[in-house]
Amino acid sequence: MAKKLMKGCEAVAEAAIQAGCHFFFGYPITPQNDIPEYMAARLPKVGGCFLQAESEVAAINMVYGAAASGARVMTSSSSPGVSLKQEGMSYLAGAELPCVVVNMVRGGPGLGSIQPSQGDYFQATRGGGHGDYHPIVLAPSSVQEAVDMMQDAFDLADVYRTPVMILADGIIGQMMEPVEFHESTSKRELPKKDWAATGWSPASGRPRAVVNSLYIEVDELQEMNDRLQARYKIIRETEAKAETYNTDGAEIIVCAYGTVARICKSAIAICEKKGVKVGLVRPITVWPFPEKQLKEVMDQPSVKKAITVEISAGQMVEDVRLTVNGAKPVEFFGKPGSYTPTAEEIAEYIMKSREA
Amino acid sequence: MLWTNIFAGFGGQGVLLIGQLLAYAGMYEDKNVSWLPSYGPEMRGGTANCSVVVSDEPIASPVLSMADCVIAMNTPSLDKFESCVNPGGKLFINSSIIEKKATRTDIEVFYVPCNEIAEQLGNPKVANMAMLGAYLEATKAAKTESVLDALLYKLGEKKAHLIPLNREAIEKGAESIKK
Repeated sequence: MAKKLMKGCEAVAEAAIQAGCHFFFGYPITPQNDIPEYMAARLPKVGGCFLQAESEVAAINMVYGAAASGARVMTSSSSPGVSLKQEGMSYLAGAELPCVVVNMVRGGPGLGSIQPSQGDYFQATRGGGHGDYHPIVLAPSSVQEAVDMMQDAFDLADVYRTPVMILADGIIGQMMEPVEFHESTSKRELPKKDWAATGWSPASGRPRAVVNSLYIEVDELQEMNDRLQARYKIIRETEAKAETYNTDGAEIIVCAYGTVARICKSAIAICEKKGVKVGLVRPITVWPFPEKQLKEVMDQPSVKKAITVEISAGQMVEDVRLTVNGAKPVEFFGKPGSYTPTAEEIAEYIMKSREA
Repeated sequence: MLWTNIFAGFGGQGVLLIGQLLAYAGMYEDKNVSWLPSYGPEMRGGTANCSVVVSDEPIASPVLSMADCVIAMNTPSLDKFESCVNPGGKLFINSSIIEKKATRTDIEVFYVPCNEIAEQLGNPKVANMAMLGAYLEATKAAKTESVLDALLYKLGEKKAHLIPLNREAIEKGAESIKK
């Protein structure tokens, strides 16, 4: 299929539809408005339903409803709006419902700015709402990668009966890049949704489907939590993904995700010209964090230290430190809010850090 | 080859459009491209800009702090982005609106009378295309035909009659910087 030049937001929306998502509930907020706009235009044409809810809270609960009936469903928002969705996400996790939530992250805290940021890493990877749960969190670094992720995002949600989050910064949402849509086919064996509430009658020959996250009895709540934790264990062991770049024999390893990882590649080229070999480990899944992949790279004798680069006050750096576990120094470079570091600034930090 | 570019001007001058046309043209020629607009309060009534990368290799950073080429359609854009041209790079100034000269001496500067060219062609809206013509002539980053293919895609068949006018604006812009 021919390449199309598309904005990240629009491309994500189209990819979701091609992955079989016919239901979208959302509420406007910059910089992700192109997603609901695209969905509003396209979904009625494919027999789906787009609905602009009265708030983010309503939208995520509509997602709960559609997911409970077994539909592929999605919502999208940006940081302050995603905060509002956290209660609903906890309920979705507790009720073991699959869905996809897109967060085009902007600066915070509070209303913050509309510029790109990575300040929602903690919220996304630690669960965000109450209780012991994790959504699976995917972090694209190009428009094409965001497109390629959508099919698997819905499949992961169905396989593990969990919310899946696409954690992208505002740049991915607003940038245009060429994309190719490959025919969307699932690479996973998808379970039957026999738990879905699709209407019951005595003749249906099965028990009533009850979708619920309330377990009054201690034992029953324990059972549900054990089920979740067992799934998270499998997810941790099998679903972590990372890109490694220029890591063989590197002296310093930069760890970054999303757009920042691409800026780091430009910084790596600047360092290369000065004769310093720097590698990159780019988590593609930030939960589960790609511990094994990072550890393998960090264990190389040539590697002296890791530098994590983020548009935050230092969030993913905690996962990097947990992974490296004191074996080598881990430094942080970045600023909170929405200041996107330049390749030159990152390269300068790397070069100075090397002399220090 | 790698071309990094910043297109800047007033909202309404069509700087986001010519940046997009370059990105489409690059894509049609099987190059890697990225188009990143400034999005924010500055777009509403103020200045607008976009970063466009055209490259034979996969694009690392689509975010530019420095660029090989800066296209300034108005004075605030020149003030803001003159310092962002890489040494040895190219600066394109819309001399119809911008009265001052560039202060840098380590770059190549092109003065393009965009609005005059457009007025001579009878349509002030094609000033941006005259600038794009000058840019294409100086950089050869994409072919004029690819840019016009992109414009036809954006305009749609119903407005295909506007293509000759835009072609002329591109050609006049290119001529204006030929020595």
